[in-house]
Amino acid sequence: MTVRIYVPCDAAALALGAERVAKAIAEQIAARGLDAKIVRNGSRGMHWLEPLVEVEVSGKRIGYGPVKVKDVVSLFDAGLATGGGHPLCLGEVAELPFLKRQTRLTFARCGITDPLSLDDYEAHGGLAGLRRAVSMLPTDVVKEVTDSGLRGRGGAGFPTGIKWKTVLDAPGERKYIVCNADEGDSGTFADRMIMEGDPFVLIEGMAIAGLATGATKGFIYTRSEYPHAIAAMSRAIDIARSAGILGTSVLGSGKTFDMEVRTGAGAYVCGEETALLNSLEGKRGIVRAKPPLPAHKGLFDCPTVINNVISLASVPVIMDKGAAYYRDFGLGRSRGTIPIQIAGNVKHSGLFETAFGISLGELIDDIAGGTASGRPVKAVQVGGPLGAYFPRALFDTPFDYESFAAKDGLIGHAGIVVFDESADMLKQARFAMEFCAVESCGKCTPCRIGSTRGVETADKIARGIEPEKNRELLADLCNTMKFGSLCALGGFTPYPVMSAMTHFPEDFVPTPLIEAAE
Amino acid sequence: MNIHVAKGDIATRTIAIIDQLKHLEGPLLPILHEIQDEFGYVPQEALPVIANELNLSRAEVHGVVSFYHDYRDHPAGRHVLKLCRAEACQSMGGDALAERVKVLLGVDWHGTTPDGAITLEPVFCLGLCSCSPSAMMDGEVHGRVDAADLEALISEARR
Repeated sequence: MTVRIYVPCDAAALALGAERVAKAIAEQIAARGLDAKIVRNGSRGMHWLEPLVEVEVSGKRIGYGPVKVKDVVSLFDAGLATGGGHPLCLGEVAELPFLKRQTRLTFARCGITDPLSLDDYEAHGGLAGLRRAVSMLPTDVVKEVTDSGLRGRGGAGFPTGIKWKTVLDAPGERKYIVCNADEGDSGTFADRMIMEGDPFVLIEGMAIAGLATGATKGFIYTRSEYPHAIAAMSRAIDIARSAGILGTSVLGSGKTFDMEVRTGAGAYVCGEETALLNSLEGKRGIVRAKPPLPAHKGLFDCPTVINNVISLASVPVIMDKGAAYYRDFGLGRSRGTIPIQIAGNVKHSGLFETAFGISLGELIDDIAGGTASGRPVKAVQVGGPLGAYFPRALFDTPFDYESFAAKDGLIGHAGIVVFDESADMLKQARFAMEFCAVESCGKCTPCRIGSTRGVETADKIARGIEPEKNRELLADLCNTMKFGSLCALGGFTPYPVMSAMTHFPEDFVPTPLIEAAE
Repeated sequence: MNIHVAKGDIATRTIAIIDQLKHLEGPLLPILHEIQDEFGYVPQEALPVIANELNLSRAEVHGVVSFYHDYRDHPAGRHVLKLCRAEACQSMGGDALAERVKVLLGVDWHGTTPDGAITLEPVFCLGLCSCSPSAMMDGEVHGRVDAADLEALISEARR
């Protein structure tokens, strides 16, 4: 029987040399005349072990990693094809604690299957959700999603089912499903991993959304910084269309749904839903005032569902296993699972999908194993560049929407960036303002002007110019931006700034040494 | 990437691209991406052609082109090196690394080396935050890079 050797094609694995490793493995297979083939899977999400090579031996997947090109010959000498022992051998991958502790619903197949094999997809439970949705009334599909408690995984946390209901009830000849895959937050890569590692689940989720709301056309708006995701998604859409999953009769239902991938052009603000819609229409990515809501007047003024990748990719499992199954995970008003992305200065970086409610401290100290540098953790930024910096004192915060909001933070797209003690929080606060200034769409004054004044004020504090007065000014400016900005870019930039100032006041006091050096 | 194009040629090739893509809903961004792929930048001469073909004003087209960071108004070097400047990469020494690269290339952000080999661009997140600091050279991704890795990439590109 042909041995299957898995080498990931996820961008993180590629960035760490997976392509060269795959080539070296192919050479060894040929040179040794082995009956083996290479499968390019997605990533398991254990990025400190990438490239993670796996081999299937009597139904189990044995892992080796991180594999470098120079290791390949010795791996084959040790009997890689039969799961032989080697210093890089990790044993059975599914038994590794990092994976075993997870609850993988949305990422159930990611890293296991060949992302572009529909057979693999179906063999691992794919399309069951869409098949069920096809046999149901749109209102019942919407009800199922509402009952699951699924909330927007992009960060806003708006109930997905209610959004769908609004679009279903909105009158209109033409409706759209728009997938927000403009994943620009630092520390986040879940959308990228799904698009590269299990693209059919997103297609299935969007098709279900289409059937549920009467929308016939979908767009995935993603980033030009994600060439591998664009390629995988585009090929998967072609395959799905050939297989009758997309097109004029979705799975033979007689209902139309088709979709295409669109690429952004390097503007962070297009991750804001109304700016994204403008960008899709071919305009500048300027934020629109709400109302009207996109659900009433969205893309080309038509009723539009706009959901994050992870929200849509969570729908198939909900439709397959039922609302109650999904809702039983999590706590309070945060139901289901959340794929947490652990990044930055951390030992075990990667993707960890779990039910809501795990504490921040458990994630950082236990699951992630502390910092990569070995120095103490100083701060963690949760939720991207617009998320708050949390000190160790807040590590008992449970990971859910409400608990983070209660501590003046947000979970956002569930990215965590860890900083060790070398971080300068005044510098991080200044960066937040600088980033906002670079990426502001310019429509509203608090964001456009406030961010620039914020950079200047942070610089004055650093130089020791009237530090007390300027700290007050910075706080006042944050207040204006928070309540006066049109969207989350200007409105949430105060989170990193204020949290840095509140939790790390010592970094906002200029040292006399710097003053003397000026 | 052909950076020496005659003006008439730009208009002809621009129209050919527009003809291919104007059936799309909201075709402007796809058209601009294709034009930048074709010429290596979005030439000024292409703007009135696009405006005319899509029934937009020149100001509208200019507004869109100048809004997005990706579109260049002049050709880049033969290779484009993008370094991530975002928080996850900062946490792993990205700022210091960027300063090293700037010195090595003798250019600031958006600058091109005098030999025309490399343009240095900042990027805010490549989605490789779990293997910071990260970089992208001509669309190829590199994770956990250090100064030696980047020096090797740069000298490779200069050959």
